[in-house]
Amino acid sequence: MKFSQFLFRRLLYSILVLVGLSILIFIIARVLPGDPARLALGPFAPEEQVELLRQRMGMDQPLPLQYWNYITGLFRGDLSLSFQTRRNVALYLPATVELITMSILWVFLIGVPLGVLSGRYRDGWLDNLSRVISFVGVSVPPFVVGLFGQVIFSYILGIFPTTGRLSILTPKPPLVTGMYLVDSLIAGEFSTFINALRHIILPSFAVAVTGIGQITRITRAGIIDVSSKDYIESARAFGIPDRYVTFKYMLKPSFIAPMTILGLSFASQLGNAFLVETVFAWPGMAKYGINAILRKDFNAIMGVVLIIGLAFVLVNFIVDILAGYIDPRIRIQEETIEK
Amino acid sequence: MVPLDGNQELTISQWEVFKDRIGRSWYRFRRNPTSITGASMVLLVIFLAIIAPYVTPFPHHAGAFTDLPNAFQEPGKTHWFGTDEMGRDLFTRVIFGYRISLMLAIIVLGISVPIGIFLGLTAGYFGGKIESIIMRTTDIFLALPPLVMALAICAAFTPTIEKAMLAIASIWWTWHCRLVHGITKSIVTEDFVQASRVIGDSHFRIIYKDILPNCVSAIIVKITLDAGFVILVGAGLSFLGLGAQPPKSDLGTMISYGAQYLPMRWWTTIFPSLAILFLILGFNLLGDGLRDMLDVESEGV
Repeated sequence: MKFSQFLFRRLLYSILVLVGLSILIFIIARVLPGDPARLALGPFAPEEQVELLRQRMGMDQPLPLQYWNYITGLFRGDLSLSFQTRRNVALYLPATVELITMSILWVFLIGVPLGVLSGRYRDGWLDNLSRVISFVGVSVPPFVVGLFGQVIFSYILGIFPTTGRLSILTPKPPLVTGMYLVDSLIAGEFSTFINALRHIILPSFAVAVTGIGQITRITRAGIIDVSSKDYIESARAFGIPDRYVTFKYMLKPSFIAPMTILGLSFASQLGNAFLVETVFAWPGMAKYGINAILRKDFNAIMGVVLIIGLAFVLVNFIVDILAGYIDPRIRIQEETIEK
Repeated sequence: MVPLDGNQELTISQWEVFKDRIGRSWYRFRRNPTSITGASMVLLVIFLAIIAPYVTPFPHHAGAFTDLPNAFQEPGKTHWFGTDEMGRDLFTRVIFGYRISLMLAIIVLGISVPIGIFLGLTAGYFGGKIESIIMRTTDIFLALPPLVMALAICAAFTPTIEKAMLAIASIWWTWHCRLVHGITKSIVTEDFVQASRVIGDSHFRIIYKDILPNCVSAIIVKITLDAGFVILVGAGLSFLGLGAQPPKSDLGTMISYGAQYLPMRWWTTIFPSLAILFLILGFNLLGDGLRDMLDVESEGV
């Protein structure tokens, strides 16, 4: 299969999944609750008001038409407006993007080296330690990591602040991307950057724990798998230095697995963000989503869930394409699956 | 009456092969410290949860109970884990909390696993249009993190633990469907399946006798690992206020309430947190041990 063909196929597939997802979310948010307008206004609201909201939501129309309105609204960009606050979900996006980017950084900075060393020195003390870390990482609820982090590093040691993105007295950096770390660097406000960095370390680590556990295990397995291959033996026989063999010959082939699992890891990070943003009062999209769910604000819920689905499908699309580009065998595999 | 079934001599059931493998694997399981640790942790929790009313010092503290003069007692001899804002014994509530966590795992997996297996077998065995429809549907469900999907479904109802269970179950079948589909697809062309076809076995008989036994090991491992994962998702829902409602003793809810009193009343958060970590870790260690024992290739984590 040619690469362009592979690309086209994957793109088509991603769009298909997104369309399906939009129908599913529509069913969850509009059909499942029975009467979203009544739910949004509560049981004591007068009937006229509920009727008014029903009309505003377009709920007096047949379902297929409602779905059509909801999709076209999506392209106009007004779907994610909340009933109550009339605010757009996009306002809350940068804070979450910043949090998750930072946590992906944690995952790769800790998970990959730990996995490599663990697989390289199998059954040594480091391997045992990293196995404990990865087991605990996938087992611990992220909000527990967040709360423990607050107790240890904020209350007892006083190194990091407990909540928020910036200290109250620190002015926000001029808005460019909405991500404080980036904006403060653009504006050259170094102290703001440090302040934002100190705020993000604990929550991003709490988001990352699951991913660190997953990536460590996958990388370790990859290294162990590769280290028994003939070409590694022969590289050793040629007297190539050990460190060189590990990082040059072993890391590269065992890197495809962690990369493809990035999609999975990304999913867990998005899910974790919902819990961690609550703990750290992080004003991101997940916190906004939780509030929308508690307020039964179905427009906002649909918006948040769709954006998350879109991000997830996009990341998986990129990962698939990269993997197919690096490793032609994946393209061939796809071809045989189709047959 | 002897059924007219000459096939039994021609093809042996894959169940025999499976049984044989279990026998040999048990040795490996016993020698593996990880799996023994995990099994002990899980069994201990299950045991405590079953006999909860008899081992806990204050069984009546498990539900609605108020003893304000005794609120926020530090951990000590009478209250091992201290007391909460209502003066209820936390040790008692943690043990009763395990009941909800285990019930959640049992009900969610009890509903979703059979559905997943059935759809996975159907898709993998028959192929064609049915396969495309089933597998594309699972892809859509898997396009959202489980917690987010469960949250969205929970939002449509008034939150109760039963609704949370149904919400998680309604997405969980997809994982098992995918797993079983993969295995079925890879063995449906094997010789022993073809042999059964040649001698005229029915579809049902082939699926039951040849294909299902080959999925069992992977399903057992997956269920064990999933039990931990389901409890994790359930704890997240409860933590956000969309799972079990107070005054039920639920670990996630307890952590969320306790967190308001950090850091001074640390025990109200720390003990339920460690308790839930203990149980999930137990399931993960056990699942990992079972995977080594049954020689199942890991699919994802």
